Parts: sequence; C-alpha cells; structure tokens
Amino acid sequence: MLDDFMWRAMFAGVLVAMAAAPLGCFVVWRRMAYFGDATAHAAILGVALALLLNISIFLGVLVVALVMASCVSLLSGRGYAMDTLLGVMAHSALAIGLVAVSFLTGVRVDLNAYLFGDILAVGKSDLWLIGGGVLLVLMLLFWRWSSLLTATLSDELAYASGIQPRREQLVLTLALALVVAVALKVVGVLLIAALLIIPAATARPFCRTPEVMAIAAAGVAMLSVTAGLKTAYVMDTPTGPTIVTLAAVLFTLATVLTQSWRLLRQHIQPRDKTAAPSNNERL
Amino acid sequence: MRLAHPQDCDAVLSVRQLNVRFGGQQVLENINLDLYREQVVTLIGPNGSGKSTLVKTLIGSVTPTSGQVTIAPQQRIGYVPQRLHLDPTLPMTVKRFINLPRRHRDRDVHRALEDAGAEALIHAAMSELSGGQFQRVLLARALLVKPDILILDEATQGLDHRGTAEFYQHIETVRHTYGCAVLMVSHDLHVVMRTADHVLCLNRSVCCEGKPEYVASSPDYQSLFGDQTAQTLALYHHQHQEAANAG
Repeated sequence: MLDDFMWRAMFAGVLVAMAAAPLGCFVVWRRMAYFGDATAHAAILGVALALLLNISIFLGVLVVALVMASCVSLLSGRGYAMDTLLGVMAHSALAIGLVAVSFLTGVRVDLNAYLFGDILAVGKSDLWLIGGGVLLVLMLLFWRWSSLLTATLSDELAYASGIQPRREQLVLTLALALVVAVALKVVGVLLIAALLIIPAATARPFCRTPEVMAIAAAGVAMLSVTAGLKTAYVMDTPTGPTIVTLAAVLFTLATVLTQSWRLLRQHIQPRDKTAAPSNNERL
Repeated sequence: MRLAHPQDCDAVLSVRQLNVRFGGQQVLENINLDLYREQVVTLIGPNGSGKSTLVKTLIGSVTPTSGQVTIAPQQRIGYVPQRLHLDPTLPMTVKRFINLPRRHRDRDVHRALEDAGAEALIHAAMSELSGGQFQRVLLARALLVKPDILILDEATQGLDHRGTAEFYQHIETVRHTYGCAVLMVSHDLHVVMRTADHVLCLNRSVCCEGKPEYVASSPDYQSLFGDQTAQTLALYHHQHQEAANAG
C-alpha cells in the first residue's frame, strides 16, 4: 500500500492534520495566528540553510522555526504591538529566506515545492519522519493539556495553581516548530497557518468544551486533506492549495449553517430565553 | 473579633520586608503582613498603590526584589482573580472550567458550587454567565482545592450592590466552613468595615493598619481617600450606632 504515492500522500496528510488541528486550537484561543504565520514563513530560510549546509531539510526547518518562535516570544511586550512585530518578522523571514535560496548555486531548487508543498512526492522515509514528529506533538499536547489550557485562560490563574505560563508557552513554541517542519511537505510554508487555523475555526460553533473542539478540528482537517487530495487528483489542481480550499469550503458551510440556524431559532422563538440558564438561577 | 488571640497561633502566610521594584520604580516598599486562620484581612488603597502587585507576589506571579513571602507547609491557596476575560473562540462549560487544571470528584465539584451559590450553573457555558454568576464560579473554583488561604483580587468589581452583598455573604460563610484565612482587595468600603478583622491601607508602603474602626479614623487614611470617604465612614458609624441601640 505504501508503494502507491497516493496512499503515501494520504497518510502524510492525515497524520499532519491530526497534529496541526489540536495545536491550531491553541493558536486560535491564544490569538497566535500571526505567530504561526511567522514561524511557518521562517521555514523557507531553514530550507535554504539546510541545502547550503547539506543537512536534512527537516532539521534545518525545525531549528530555524524554533529560533524564530523563540525570538518572537522574547521580543513580545517590548515596545511594539504583537501584530506589528509579527508582521515585520513573518514577512522579513520569508523575504530573507527567498533571497538566501537564490544564492544557492549548483543545486536546482524547486521553490514551488517548498512554498506550496509537494505532498505527492512524499517518500517512505518522509512518512517515518512525519509520523515521528506528529507523535511527538500529540504526546506534548496530551502531557501538558490541562496546564496549557489553564495558562491560556489567565497567567495569574496558572501561577496560583503552580503552573509556569512561560514554560507552557515554550511547549507550544516547540510543538509549533515541529508541526511547521512536518507540514512543509504537505502544504508548503505559505499555507501551513491555514491548516492550523481553519479547522479550529470551523469546529468552534459546534463545541462546548475545549477537548471536543480539538477532536472536531482534527476531524475537519482530516476530511479537508482526504477530500482535497481526491479533488486535486480528479481536477488536476495543485494539491496543497486544493486542501486548503476544501478546508475553506467546510468553514464557509459551517458558518452559513450556524448563522442560519441562529436566525431560524430567533424567528421561531422570539425573545424566549428559557434555553439560557440565566433565568432559573438568581439568588 | 472571631479569633480571641490570633497572635497565639501560627500564621498561615507571612510577608516580611517585602520590596518590589519594576524597572526603576518602587511599587511596594517594606511590606509586613501576617494572615491567620478564619481571619479576614482587607487591602485597601488608591489606584496604583500596589494592591494588585502585592496579591500577585503572594500567588507567585511577581518575584519580589527583596524580602520574603512564607506560606506555612501544606497550605493550599485558592485564588479569585479580578475579572477573567475568556476568548470567545474557547468553548468552556462551568464544569470543565472548575476542573482546571486538575479534575475533581463530582461530589466535591457539586459541594464547591453549592458553597459559592452557583450549583445551578454546572452545565452552563462560561460565555452565557452574568458578571455575578461568573464571579461565583471563580469562587467555586478556588474553593475546590479546599483552600487554607483564600485570596480575592477585587472580586466584586463591576457587580451591582446586590451582587456584591451576595458575594460577600458567601465569603463570610465560607471562611468558617472551610476555616480559611481570607485576604481580599476591595473598593467596597462599606463591606470592608463590616466584614474585615484587619485592614491594611496600602500606598506603596503600608500607611496604616489595624481594626477597621481604627484605620477609618486614622489621619493617614483620611488624607489618602479624602472627604467623600470620610462621609461614607461617618455613615457607617452612624448605622453601626443605630444597630447597637436597636440591639
């Protein structure tokens, strides 16, 4: 089965989706969308360095993503607003990476593969690497889940429970760098952030607890990957962008569905708030 | 006075010569404080007087520049923050929220919610709660650890009179049923005067402290809070007098 490139692509995509979606929930909850973007865009610099030093691309990307994420963490709250800082760093990293790639002589670099992903070229060794990275991310998230959630609610609440919010931030940073490194092959640096955020945003209206949202987001992401691959195969479109397009379609459907359901309910039960618990409870 | 001789027992929490400096600015200067079981200590002071910084130092989120915060061994801290902003993208039910970061037995969860007057809210979403309900849920979460020390940082900010009164009613009950020391930051001077055993008036350093009546009559306090407060306190004394006459 793994000899077929379609199956390998499918496996790689589903694995990445499993790790990216729950991590993406934290990115959404903590308003780190730009943070994900900056880290992902820095990956192209990692690719250039890896090719230059003749080391594994996975390793190069992992290290550069980690350095980038740590820089942003350190610089935050020192003068610039976070979105300005991240805007500067995300695009600078991408630009510097592209310039660095152009310096490479003797190596023929298919830039498109790194910018938009090359999931159909996933080999068996890539699959092992992706599997390992995904397992590591899921283990990290599972191990730190409650602490991460508490730190996401409030720093003070975390401290009072004996949790160090800075350490939890570091865990997320590490997980993010890992996801960027494994997702590079699947959707490319420009679209990694989409794989983090869109499934989480799609799942949100249907969930009442964080755990359910993480699982639902993973489901949405896996559906986008498999349907995206199939669509790209049938319509002969670029795979990475097709996967993200499918995710966007699911998001739109979910939004239209929940909004019209809300309107419908208001129409049927005008000003009836018995469903809200605020009425039967008041001391 | 509920405790006959608080000085006879060991303090559950003590602060010695605490100094906190942010950059070049001295935020807290030479603070000393002792907290005993079932005692309510209230921190009052104008904005920017370091009340919140002191609370943050006690829960460990601010590291003191010098001095010591000693918490007696095995003492658990329950913390009720000022006001918590939950991002709307984070789905959270009351039940899940108060089980963070550690899960507790259902029986304990129900008990804590009941003690905080929030038992009907267990399945509600956090985003649906009113201000008063939200604060009671925060209190329940703090009670769930069976605290020896309960720390409240302006927990009734933004509540109306009735909500505030109800909230303090719960605190008053809880300190006896849980036998915990209570440290609260408060702006509600009426409530301070009625419930506190000990009042600390903070303005970077402790400018005066003692029983509520003593602090209220202190010139340091009056110069800090001005005329309006003096009137509030006159009102308090008046009511107090009436109650005494009636009784």
